[in-house]
Amino acid sequence: MDFEKIEKADLRRARARKTITYFLLTVWALAVLFPFYWMVLTSVKSYGAYNSEWIPQLYTLSPTLENYTQAFTQVPLAGYFVNTVIFTLATTALMLIVTVLAAFAFARLNFRGRDLAFTLFLSLMMIPTELVVITNFVTITNWDLRNTFLGLILPSVTSVFYIYLLKENFAQIPDELYYAAKVDGTSDLKYLWRVLIPICRPTIITITILKVIECWNSYIWPRLITDDQAYFLVSNGIQEIRENGFGRENIPAMMAAVVVISVPLIVLFLIFRRKIMTGVSRGGVKG
Amino acid sequence: MEKNNPKGWLYLLPAAVFLGFFLVYPLIDVLIYSLEEGYNFASQTYWGVGGYNYAYVLRDPYFLQALKNTFILVIITVPLSTGLALLISVGLSSIHKLRELYQTIYFLPYVTNTLAVGLVFMILFKQTPYTDGLANLVLSWFDTGPVDFIGGPYWAKMFVLCFYTVWVVLPFKILILTSALASVDQTYYNAAKVDGTPRLRVFTRITLPMISPSLFYLVITGFIGAFKAYSDAVALFGTDLNASEMNTIVGYIYDMLYGDSGGYPSYASAAAILLFAIVLTITCINLLVSKKHVHY
Repeated sequence: MDFEKIEKADLRRARARKTITYFLLTVWALAVLFPFYWMVLTSVKSYGAYNSEWIPQLYTLSPTLENYTQAFTQVPLAGYFVNTVIFTLATTALMLIVTVLAAFAFARLNFRGRDLAFTLFLSLMMIPTELVVITNFVTITNWDLRNTFLGLILPSVTSVFYIYLLKENFAQIPDELYYAAKVDGTSDLKYLWRVLIPICRPTIITITILKVIECWNSYIWPRLITDDQAYFLVSNGIQEIRENGFGRENIPAMMAAVVVISVPLIVLFLIFRRKIMTGVSRGGVKG
Repeated sequence: MEKNNPKGWLYLLPAAVFLGFFLVYPLIDVLIYSLEEGYNFASQTYWGVGGYNYAYVLRDPYFLQALKNTFILVIITVPLSTGLALLISVGLSSIHKLRELYQTIYFLPYVTNTLAVGLVFMILFKQTPYTDGLANLVLSWFDTGPVDFIGGPYWAKMFVLCFYTVWVVLPFKILILTSALASVDQTYYNAAKVDGTPRLRVFTRITLPMISPSLFYLVITGFIGAFKAYSDAVALFGTDLNASEMNTIVGYIYDMLYGDSGGYPSYASAAAILLFAIVLTITCINLLVSKKHVHY
């Protein structure tokens, strides 16, 4: 019958469309993965082997880990790494304290001028970092905080957006809980610590992870405020390695350093994949 | 309950102190800096007030180069990345098998260090005495090249910069668009199916209008982000961007502030305010255009 023919043709067309879709999606997936593959591949090629490849080889039969030892012995990669961990943990912890307190005040406490203050806070979201970084640079320099952790951390602490995000979440918790706690004689701080924070843990975890990513990748501020290698973070550290580290030709060792720097965030991403992706779609912007 | 609880201000205090010192005060200060003529960083003195810093910046060939580079980058990468993201997201939402896997892979560039992965792109494209690099190997299959993409002609460098920028910004756009596509009410599609509407028509008449707010959000943030490009360029071409003719406006600001050519916070401030003015204008134009085309 004609009807059957039409149905068959339809089916064939749908299958063709599906094949093309999968093909194109796979092409892009390979384009995304290839730089990662290349970085790991190059990092396990030996110096001699890499530099004798006039035509780049897509695989290696004699992988070596010597580049990784070089990355940790010839340049202060371990130092950059430790600095970044300290910077990330301290900044994130401070951010959490500041954000939770402010969000609590906006969401739960009644005081005169609260709504006006909140509007002012929100309008601060529009200020681009590029505008304020100049004065911050001067301020930190005048306070003699260049090449210190304090100088790195202080201007990176606040994020208006996270206060907003958490305030919205806090505001969803029914008032009755607060009144009940008040009747029992619970202090505000105790209510915040024992009730609000546990209930809103998902949002708090989300902003923590987003902040950790932001800190780990921050480049501009550390570059401006440190010129002593002892305080370099991984981003300006890798730039230093590239320009003055192993010598321009030792690309395998450089790639080993790149792998070491990239792995922590990729592991974090694979563990918290869902959380990170919903968090970013709710308000992360790269840049 | 109590109507006025002044303790609220106490809870706000830490945030207010941080924001005051590092966001509000700098905002005012940057305006003042930009108007102080001949400001000396060491002695903290200046000899006049006026628009000289702006005039200087606008005549500085390095700034004009940075302006040109930034505009080219914006004009190429914003439409390209948004279009590609739309294509990929539509593809993603039409499949079921392996969808999560693809989504995870596509998101990877978002969580990587721009500086670190930029180095990988550099070695893929760079021509050295030892090898022409992988990109040139591919070019040689088509009987062209070799071209030094990192230290060679202007458009080769611009190509790599655009390519890397698109690679970096796509994850965010794909994520936003796939969740927008997933939230379109299935009833519309079913109604279209009953009517036997052709696919293209379904796409332009249902899908696009329904996701237009997200699309528009991406265009705005895309413009803003692309105007602030800097780290990508550093990752590819090194810190001395003026020498490689690949500087961006943000790069110019930081070079004026610090480094070999630094020590001029007034010029940096003027450039920063010019950048802000450009971004604001473009965003306003975007908002006006969207009023006509976006369905909320």
